[in-house]
Parts: sequence; C-alpha cells; structure tokens
Amino acid sequence: MSLNTKPNIADPDGFYQELIDSQRALDDQQAALMNCKLILLLANHIGDREVLRTALRLAGGAM
Amino acid sequence: MLNTYQYPEFPYVQSAEQKEGRVLRHKVVIVGAGPIGLTAALDCAYRGIPCVVLDDNNTVSIGSRAVCYAKRPLEVLDRLACGDRMVDKGVSWNLGKVFFGDELSYEFNLLPEPDHKIPAMINLQQYYLEEYMVDEIAKRPDLIDLRWKHKVTALRQENDHVVLTVETPDGAFSMEADWVIACDGANSGLRQLVGANFTGQFFQDRFLIADVVMKAEFPTERWFWFDPPFHRGQSVLLHRQADNVWRIDFQLGWGADAEAEKKPERIIPRVREMLGDGREFELEWASVYQFACRRIDNFRYGRVLFAGDAAHQVSPFGARGANTGVQDIDNLTWKLKLVLDGAAPVALIDSYDEERAFAADDNLLNSTRSTDFITPKSNSSRLFRDAVLALAKDHDFARKLVNSGRLSTPTPYLNSSLNTADAEMFAGLMKPGTNCADAPIQCDGKDGWLLNHLGKGFTVLTLNANPQVSEVKFGVITAPVLAVGRDIIDVRGVLAARYDGKPGTTYLIRPDQHVAARWRSLDAEKISHAIARAIAA
Repeated sequence: MSLNTKPNIADPDGFYQELIDSQRALDDQQAALMNCKLILLLANHIGDREVLRTALRLAGGAM
Repeated sequence: MLNTYQYPEFPYVQSAEQKEGRVLRHKVVIVGAGPIGLTAALDCAYRGIPCVVLDDNNTVSIGSRAVCYAKRPLEVLDRLACGDRMVDKGVSWNLGKVFFGDELSYEFNLLPEPDHKIPAMINLQQYYLEEYMVDEIAKRPDLIDLRWKHKVTALRQENDHVVLTVETPDGAFSMEADWVIACDGANSGLRQLVGANFTGQFFQDRFLIADVVMKAEFPTERWFWFDPPFHRGQSVLLHRQADNVWRIDFQLGWGADAEAEKKPERIIPRVREMLGDGREFELEWASVYQFACRRIDNFRYGRVLFAGDAAHQVSPFGARGANTGVQDIDNLTWKLKLVLDGAAPVALIDSYDEERAFAADDNLLNSTRSTDFITPKSNSSRLFRDAVLALAKDHDFARKLVNSGRLSTPTPYLNSSLNTADAEMFAGLMKPGTNCADAPIQCDGKDGWLLNHLGKGFTVLTLNANPQVSEVKFGVITAPVLAVGRDIIDVRGVLAARYDGKPGTTYLIRPDQHVAARWRSLDAEKISHAIARAIAA
C-alpha cells in the first residue's frame, strides 16, 4: 500500500472546520500536545511503516 | 557508610616474578577485576587457560552500581558456578508501574516464559556478584592468579605478545602475555595506551543514584516516574535489590551541581517526598554520574582485546553495561582457547570484533532510543513523549511506545562469518547466530536443563535418537554428539518446540552455546565443514 494523497475525505470543508474547532479553546502549547496525540493515534491506525515514512517525508521531515 | 554490606579488603601480595626479577610470558593477562575481568578469569579457568588478573584496587565495587542481571549473562555465570548464589540472593520482579505526573499511567506484568532454569532478570548489587566471583576464583589457584594493587602503566606490542609495565607497592616490573584482555572500565587506561578511538554521543544530563534501606515492607516492583510532583520535569526510577536495599535513580538535568546533589541533606528530603507517607529509610550510598553512548573503534588492537565498558559505554537504561560485558567474554574466551591450543587460526580472534562490535552497536542503538525518550532533547520531542504518556493511560498501543529502558536481551550474530546459512526451512526463534534456548530435560532419570548438558567445546545436538556417529571431527577439534531421546530426554517436548525439532534435526552448537549451523538430518561431512567455518579455518 502507498500513501493516498488523492482526495479521500467526504465533505472536506466540514472536516477542516471540525479540525479547527477542536482546538479553538486550546492555547498554543495545549494544541501542540493535542497535535502530537493526534499524530500518534493516526499513525498507529495506519501502522504501515512505508506509508508512515512517506508521510514523514512529504511533511518535510529529514529522512 | 554501608550498613547492609561489609566491604572485603583483599591483601596485596608481591608476586614471585617481581621479587625475583624474572620476566615471565603468561598466556593471558586480564587487566581489571570488575565483573567483566572476573568473568574473564573464571571463563579462562573453565576452559583450561591459565591467567593472571591485575587490579589497581583491592576491594569490590563501591555502591550497588550494576544492579540488573539479565538471563543470558546469568546463564554464563551459571556455567561459571556463580549462578545459584546470584539467583538465590538476587530479587526477581515481574510487576512494573509507570507514573506520569501525579498519577499512575499503567501497570505491566512481565509474565516470564516458563521452562527456563534462569529467570528473565534479577536485581542484585554489583558488590555481591564480584564477591561471589572472587570466592570462586579462590577455588582455582591452579589456573587463576588474582593480584591486587597492580597497575598497568605502559604497554608494548610485539609480533606475538605484549609487554606490560606494572606498578605495585614494591615498584615497577615487566610482564609478558600472549594475549591481554582489557576489562579496565569506561576510563580504560589500556585503551589510551594502545591509542584507540572511543567515540559516540555524550548526553547533557546527570543522574543521582542512591541506595536506600527501607525499614518497612514495600512491594517488589519496578516504579518509573515521568515528571513526578516530587521532582518536576525529570524522571525517577525505583527498584529493589537484595537486603531490603532499594535503588533510586533521579534524573537531575544538565544544570545540576553534582557535588551539592550528592549530599545527604539534599537526597533525604527528596526520597521522603517520593515515598510520601513518612515511612522510615536510611541512605546507604549515593553517586552522581553523567553518561555517554560510545564504543571503541576496534575490539582488537594486536594482542590486546577490549571487553565490557572499556570497549563500549551505554546509558544505564535497559541494564546493558555489565550484561553485555559478560557476553563479550562468553564470545571471546573459547576463541582464545582454540587459538592458544593451535586448533584455530588467529583470524578467529577477529570474529570477536565482528560479532561483539555488532552487538555493541545494537546495544548503543537501544540505549540511545531509551535516552531520547526519557530525556527529550527539544520542546517538540518532549511534547511527543508527553503525548505518548498521556495516551498510555487508556490505550494499549501507546504503552508499547513508552520507553523507560528495554531490558537487555542477547544480540543474535545473524550475519556472522562464522555461521553456516540454513539450507532447509526452519520455524521459530532459533537461527544460526542466536544463543541456545534452554529447555527442561531428563538425564539418567533426573530432571535437568539442556544448557547444563552442552559441552565445553562444540556440541552436535541431534533429535535423532539413534545416531550412527558418536562424534564429529575437524582437525584436532572433536564435537561429541548429544542425542535427544538417548543421552537426554525431552520429557515435555519443550526442547523440540523451541528448536523446531522434527525427528532427525541436528544443530552444531558453538562452545559459547550459540547456533553455528543446523540441518534436518545428521551428516558428519556437513558438520565438519560447519566446524571449519565456525573457527575461521
């Protein structure tokens, strides 16, 4: 399996609003911690190391 | 200072060679009588190599230092007759607790695999191990000459030996050795004398380690705190040793003043706050250290062989120091024996660097990973660490990411040039290059353990109950056949399960109880070739 970068979320505007709203009450430090948790939860769900590695690279990580 | 342990003081004795001014050529000189040097001495004696051990001090380890001994090194020490005393005196634990902030994040149970003679690990103060080893050494005056207050100050490599200058209270003298095993610790003087590089990563952090005697009952569990209320922003580890002594490791951070932190008036309130309930305790010993993860560029410099902390230094997380040092010796001594006997080429010694540098790199990797988790180096890595700990309270997946030290397990020599690759299909964990799994067996109607029945040399272990050969030879090496179903009985089928032991399956096992090769039938010619390969012939 490779990383899917084609549109895959139904109602993209709705999702984006949900994402922003989820952090509306958080300060920068709390939001940063929440982002870390989110990454870990999603990474575990994906599980595939090759897909995760591609995502790290596309996100601008040094690989 | 200690109430629970009386330090022995070993007498200095002037050697005959120094007194008489004779320069003697010894087979093996071991420098350093810490746990690794003493293991080397006992393993040399076990294999019939006469050796001299030199130590610049005259007692055992001060303070608990290396406290956690893992299964494989304990199996080696069991072969060297120290295993029973260590396991009897040591403390076994299975339950661990991880705290984050002021609450319990989760608990874990190690649930050890049944049917092994030796437990997965024990906690025991280093001075006990050293004392037991010195006791065993005293039983081998024929082969081990242990000399206190002997300091090596100079070293010269010749073609086939080393010349050492040694200082004692009676002045300096010269000794020669076919081989020198340098076990003189992280600040190894021999490493400097041979001009070796010792490179890696220093960590900008300090730790306070303290031995505390508890006056009341306290559970035998390993407790690890991240960012506890009594020591904000740092980590703390608590675990039990023998004699109701508890070891506490406080992370101090880089800015800490080591001398001030070591003072009892600083430590005692901190421990009191940690225990939280006014229970009584007494401080026995404390020390502050900074650690590094680094290794020597080659484990062999001519005729000088480096082992233990002299060859590699790791962080304390995962108990990889003394444990890997014992395995260095396990790997080295049989090779030295064969080379000294002229049964194997000197090239076999180079496989010591090949196999143990590989293991050291594996240990350094594990140790560095733990360190990065415990002491995050940036705000962003601290956030990830805290996110893992917060998620671990409710989610299993995150518990797998919590790294407060991964217990030392042997590194298999999977790519070693001494292995013969499998030509047939095998299932399970055993492979050429792994250490042999133990299994309960019966011999002459008595219960026993497989590892205690593997010989000092090469062994052919076969699940053919009626093999047509009783031994296999290569050159002057003879490997006796140990037949399961004839010589030993696999009473409960554990051996067959662990070795994927379909009938006829045959393993060639090295003198250090590692798999050299295996087949689905017993073929003496193939075995003989595999022995040749396993001794670099």
